Amino acid sequence: MADETKSQSGQDGADSRPRAAGAGSKVAEKPAAAGKPAAEAAARKPAPKPRPKPKPKAPPEPPKAPEDQAPPDGMELPKMVTAVQAGAPGAVQQVSYWVGDWTVIVAVDRLLDVMRFLRDDDSTSFDYCSDVTAADWPPREKRFDVVYCLYSTRLRHRLRVKVRVGEQDPVESVTQLWPAADWLEREVYDQFGIDIVNHPDLRRILMPEQWQGYPQRKDYPLEGPGELLMENPQDWLRVRNLPDEAGAGADADVEIE
Amino acid sequence: MTLEAPRASTTQFDTDELVINMGPQHPSTHGVLRVVLKLDGERVIDADCVIGYIHRGIEKLSENRDWTQIILLTDRMDYVAAATNNLGYCQTVEKLMQIEVPRRARYLRTVLAELQRIASHCLWLGTHAMDIGAMTVLLYAFREREFVLDLFEEFCGARLTYNSMRIGGLPLDIPPGWDKKVLSFCDLMEGKLNDYETLLTNNRIWLKRTRDVGVISGDEAIGLGLCGPPLRGSGVPRDVRKDEPYAAYDELEFNVPLGTRGDTYDRYLIRMDEFRESIRLVRQAVEGIPEGPIMGKVPRLIKPPAGETYHAIESPKGELGYFIVSDGKSTNPYRFRVRPPSFCNLQGLKRLVTGHLVADVVALIGTIDIVLGEVDR
Repeated sequence: MADETKSQSGQDGADSRPRAAGAGSKVAEKPAAAGKPAAEAAARKPAPKPRPKPKPKAPPEPPKAPEDQAPPDGMELPKMVTAVQAGAPGAVQQVSYWVGDWTVIVAVDRLLDVMRFLRDDDSTSFDYCSDVTAADWPPREKRFDVVYCLYSTRLRHRLRVKVRVGEQDPVESVTQLWPAADWLEREVYDQFGIDIVNHPDLRRILMPEQWQGYPQRKDYPLEGPGELLMENPQDWLRVRNLPDEAGAGADADVEIE
Repeated sequence: MTLEAPRASTTQFDTDELVINMGPQHPSTHGVLRVVLKLDGERVIDADCVIGYIHRGIEKLSENRDWTQIILLTDRMDYVAAATNNLGYCQTVEKLMQIEVPRRARYLRTVLAELQRIASHCLWLGTHAMDIGAMTVLLYAFREREFVLDLFEEFCGARLTYNSMRIGGLPLDIPPGWDKKVLSFCDLMEGKLNDYETLLTNNRIWLKRTRDVGVISGDEAIGLGLCGPPLRGSGVPRDVRKDEPYAAYDELEFNVPLGTRGDTYDRYLIRMDEFRESIRLVRQAVEGIPEGPIMGKVPRLIKPPAGETYHAIESPKGELGYFIVSDGKSTNPYRFRVRPPSFCNLQGLKRLVTGHLVADVVALIGTIDIVLGEVDR
C-alpha cells in the first residue's frame, strides 16, 4: 500500500499545480462529495511535496577550501624556505608552490616569530612588506587566510606567508616589524573584520567609521545593504539573515529588495 | 611607528595646538583626500589622512565579474595610467594560466606602458608645479600629455579608460603609421623636457620649496613600504622592471635613476630622468617591434586552474601588485586584491609632513604623486 501511495503521489507531483487549483475550487462547491480518496490525497499532498524541489537553485555552494598545491616531487626547496623551517622549528605547517610563487603556511601563534626571523636573518632578509591581505572561505572553520607578501630589496626574492584564522581569532600585528603594514592591516580589519591585536591605530580606513558589517566577506551582499542599513543596522542584519533562519518555512522569493 | 622628524623649537612663542582640516575639497589634494593636520604655530606636528571618499568596492565587484570584464574595472583605479593597470592585471591572469604572450604583443605592451608613464608623469609635473606656484608648467605639461592621449586614441579609441589589453595579448594591432607618430612624439618630447627643466630645475623658488623638504632615508622608506620614485629618490635601487622583468623589459636597455638625498627635489629629478628613460625605452621598443601575432593561445572560456598568485609591475606610481585567487570552478576570481602604489605611498605622508610647514604639505602631497581613484578603489 505504501508503494501505491508513493507512486500516486509521484504522479500527482508532476502536475500538482493545476490539479491542486482545481481541487481547491471543487472543495468549495461540494465538500460532502469527497468520495474519491485518491483525489483528496492529491489535493493535500502536493502542498509539502514541491517544497524541497526548488532548493538546488539556491546560491551554489562556495568552494570548501583553497588547495595549497604542494611543490612537485623532486623540486628542491629554496634557501629562504629551508632557512625559515630551521630558524623557527615547528612553526611552518605547510609549504606550497604555484606558478613560481612560494608560500609558507604558518601557525597563527608563531606568526611574529617567523616574521621576525624572515626580516632579520641574512639568508632571508625580507625588509619590504609588499602587501597584507586576506581571503574569506566561509564554510571552513578557520575561515580567513591572512596573506603577507614579502620582498627582499637586498636578495630580490619574494615569499608569501599565510596564516589561517577563525572569525574570533586574534592576529598579531606586524607593524612593529614593518611600519608599512599599518594601513594594510587596517584595510584587512576594515574589509574582513579580522581582529588584529597590538596594532597602533586600528580603525576603519576605506569604509566610514560607523559602518556595519565587513564588505569583503563572502556572505556580505554585493549590492550592499541599501537604505535600511543607514536607518537601522540591527534590522538590516535581521532581514539579511532571514532566509537562512526561516529555512523551509518561508518561500524562497521573499527576499530583501 | 616611530616618528623622528625635525621639529623646530617653539619655546620662544606661546602657541596652542590647532587642528585644521585640509580637504576633501582642496585643489592641492589631487582628488578627495582629507588630511587632518595638527599644527603648532605653522608647523605640522601630526597628520592623519582620511581616505575612502571614492571607494567603489572594485575588489568586491571584480570578484563577481568575468575574468575579461575586470579589465574594464582596472581602468578606473589609476585613471591617469589605465594602460599599466590593464597590463598588470592581464599579466597576473596569464601567470595563473601559464599563457605565453607573443613577442610582438609584449613589445607593444611595453610601448603602451612607457607612453602611459610619460602621460602620467606629465600630469604629475603639471599639478606638482602648480601646487608650488609655477602655473606655466601645468599648461606645457598638459599640452604634451594631450599628444600621448591622441596616440592612445588612435590605438584603441579611448583617451582615458583604454581597456587596451586582453588576457593573452592585445585586442588590436597598431594602426598603420602609428609607430612613426610615436617616434616623432619622442623627438618632440625630448625637446619639451628641456623646456620644463629650464623652467624649474635651477629655479631659485623651486629649489627653495623642494630642497630638503620631506627628507626620508632609504631604510626608512623601505620600512614604510614606499615604492616607485619616492623609494628611488632615497637611493634604493628598486624597480620592478629591472628586478622582476616582465613584458619586453629584459630585452631593452634602460637605467634606473636614483636620488641621493631623498628630498622632494630628488624625487623631482628622478621623475624628470624617468621621462628620458621612458622615451629611450619607447624608441627601442618601437624600432624593435617584431612581426607576428598579437594574441597568444587563450581558451575561449577563461577559467584559471585553482591557485593563487601575486604579480607586481612598475606603474608610474610604484609597485602595482595584483593578488588573485582562483577556485578553478567559476568564471570569476575568488579573491581579487590590488596592491595600489598610491595607497602605500600615501601612508608615508604622515612621516613626510611632520615637522614641516603647512605650505610644504602641498608640496609633499604633490611629490608622492597619488591618484585617489587608486587609493580608494
